[in-house]
Amino acid sequence: MNPLSRRTLLKQLATSAAVSAATTLFPGAAFAGWKNAPGLPTDLAWKKAPCRFCGTGCGLLIGLSKGKAVAVKGDPDSEVNRGLACVKGYHSVMALYGKDRLKNAWVRKNGTLEKVPMKEALDLVARKLKETMDAHGKDSVALYGSGQWTIPDGYVASKLMKGALGTNNLEANARLCMASAVTGFMTSFGLDEPMGCYDDFDHADVFVLWGNNMSEMHPVLFSRILARKAKNPDLQIVELATRTTRTSSAVDTSLLFKPQTDLAIANALCHEIIAKGLVNQAFVEKSVAFKKGKTNIGYGLEDDFKFQDQPADATFDEYKKLLEDYTPEKVAALSGVSADELKKLAALYGDPKKKVMSVWCMGVNQHTRGTWMNNLVYNVHLLVGKIATPGNSPFSLTGQPSACGTVREVGTLTHRLPGGAVTDEKARRQAAEIWKVPLERIPAKPTYHSVAMFRALDRGDIRFLWIQTTNPMVTMPKLSRYRDAAKKEDRFIVVSDVYPTPTTDVADVILPAAMWIEREGLFGNSERRTQHWDKLVDPPGEAMSDAWQLIEVARRLGFQELFPWSEAEHIKAIWAEYTRFHEDAKHAMAPYDELRKRPGVRWPFVGGKETRWRYNPEHDPVAKGPGLDFYGNANHKANLWLRPYEPPPEVPDAEYPFWLNTGRVLEHWHTGSLTRRVPVLHQAVPSAYAELNAGDAERLGVRSGDRVKLTSRRGSLVLPASIKERGEPPSGQVFVPFFDESMLINELTLDAYCPISAQPDYKKCAVKVERA
Amino acid sequence: MPITSYLASPSGHDADALTRDIEALPGCSVLPSDRGEVLVVVTETADAEADEVLAETLRALPHLDALVLVSAFHDDALEPA
Repeated sequence: MNPLSRRTLLKQLATSAAVSAATTLFPGAAFAGWKNAPGLPTDLAWKKAPCRFCGTGCGLLIGLSKGKAVAVKGDPDSEVNRGLACVKGYHSVMALYGKDRLKNAWVRKNGTLEKVPMKEALDLVARKLKETMDAHGKDSVALYGSGQWTIPDGYVASKLMKGALGTNNLEANARLCMASAVTGFMTSFGLDEPMGCYDDFDHADVFVLWGNNMSEMHPVLFSRILARKAKNPDLQIVELATRTTRTSSAVDTSLLFKPQTDLAIANALCHEIIAKGLVNQAFVEKSVAFKKGKTNIGYGLEDDFKFQDQPADATFDEYKKLLEDYTPEKVAALSGVSADELKKLAALYGDPKKKVMSVWCMGVNQHTRGTWMNNLVYNVHLLVGKIATPGNSPFSLTGQPSACGTVREVGTLTHRLPGGAVTDEKARRQAAEIWKVPLERIPAKPTYHSVAMFRALDRGDIRFLWIQTTNPMVTMPKLSRYRDAAKKEDRFIVVSDVYPTPTTDVADVILPAAMWIEREGLFGNSERRTQHWDKLVDPPGEAMSDAWQLIEVARRLGFQELFPWSEAEHIKAIWAEYTRFHEDAKHAMAPYDELRKRPGVRWPFVGGKETRWRYNPEHDPVAKGPGLDFYGNANHKANLWLRPYEPPPEVPDAEYPFWLNTGRVLEHWHTGSLTRRVPVLHQAVPSAYAELNAGDAERLGVRSGDRVKLTSRRGSLVLPASIKERGEPPSGQVFVPFFDESMLINELTLDAYCPISAQPDYKKCAVKVERA
Repeated sequence: MPITSYLASPSGHDADALTRDIEALPGCSVLPSDRGEVLVVVTETADAEADEVLAETLRALPHLDALVLVSAFHDDALEPA
């Protein structure tokens, strides 16, 4: 390659990364003098792939040279990002080439990990799995996967565990990030995933961010909002947040609320909408059903915790009665947001001339009432009839690249099959027929959600656990219990990953995984978009895709006939088999050849067309007018749920006076196992930190960089303080990012979860803060 | 052969002065935003040490308010093995 051309290319990439960052961080910043990558060298091969990192699903073009991925640019043909990428995306290929990449299998022998041939390791995994099932029953083995699994990985996992082994012991880390969104959709609409799509960003007049630091978590989507704001100054951006972030500097109104009171705020907005006569009566009468469920539902803190909601019909009058406790004035006292601001926000939602998009992610979902919070945001939109039309959109953003495509659509959770719930005989019959297995082999009863799965590992009810493409020894709340569980003498832990992590540290077998573009795959993003990529480079050493590792073990266990595909053709064959589960027009998927051609296709894909707004007869061929048709529910109505405010399980007190909130930063993906191998990303944020309020820091005698000790009832951690840097919490709160494996904040967090979704709350527990 | 990009914000809203300062440094190119609230700076240096020296020089410029590293490509590091 011509060195001059190469340097020109790299300068273009460096420039485009900085332009992208600038447009994200500086609202409305524009660079008219910049032309994206002019004069690119011609000897690079550019191939499409979705970004490996967050759930936005940016389309990338990967520059290939001499068998390596050497460059990245945003795909201008992708409707998601229109040629942009964030700083992680621009550096994504560098995550393939870290010096300590796992290239070989390792097996623990006499307490020490020894390098072994891949074949020997796979033989051992199959043998131990069978021995464990023989000795302790089929529910003594489990597979814990990921929203970073490709769709084929998840499909093979489901078929192996449920169709071949006959256990529902299958979960994925999306339980920790998206489960409340799923149960929110299911309880309100009867079907999972958004009715709208990213096109809503181009149509809305008002954006309400519910606990969502978009400038760091979804920077490319936030840049779309800011680009519109630059051209349309009347456009309104309002955030509801518990701390000030980079996003706060770009919004029109930032409303800081006390943790957990978002439940009351949503109800206050509805109270005000009704009080001011802003209800869309015709829409409510035709399209809304009122529902109520159990209250005082608990927090899942005990091993034997069980919860089953009891949905019942309710009336508008009952709803109004509930809302009497949520006047703006009462909620102002509880939440810290003034009654005036609550009324203004309700007026924006209720203004018939304004289209409103609500956006949320972990703040709403990682919540002991996460399902309720999802319901409550939908309630606001349903009352004013602003839903499923361009720009009127309650929109749950995802955190992982295929939490939707793999975990939710394939159904890699204990209670799901690719075509429905395990409790539904019709879904089991469908799976049995497509998989060609006996119906009775597929169990009808769910077993363990993610937290319960690790508790079962601790108790010994699970003895064999295979973990793929995720890092639970960093991410599990109340971490020390589950790490100790994994280390117990008679537990056998298999870990498939691309780099050493705290989870490989507890493994008995480590299997090197092929990553992202080292294998063919498909992801599904937040807006129902399925994206395919070809294998672009070879994996290192004996690294193998997660799907193929599972197939190799399945064949060793005698299930060759269930997994008959050749390695060269298996992705195409899996897609053909998997999409038989979604032949219904409500969820029809694009064919393989179509996906290979395009930067992504949104389902339902019917008659050669993707569906942008579900339930809307103008856009969705399944929906029957007039008006919206919420066909996921038998009565074709959306459910408006009566959900009260309930307090969190642990609140600050005299001994532990601070709220602890955990989360992410722009530069690091998930647990940092990939992005910390990219020097520039690592240098940008080399370690975790404790973000303190400036007044609290002064009282503690702490300045930025000083070491502080955080202690909860579960553990303690020392880390550097950060004051008025990236963000700032209100007095009495502390924020810590979780990406740093050397500073494990989840030693302190609480494993309380939403009883409906079983998603843990990583945003609220009580700690004390001391100068270390 | 490091190629590094930064975001630079000018002190006193004087983007023109900061642009002139940076353009006067060898190996630096500048792309100011249309409203001048931020500058994209791209540097080319011979090695990691020179990259660090240039970064320190940038940080010491009188019209600079803040300098944030965005990306760093090392030509050799990306060469196929």
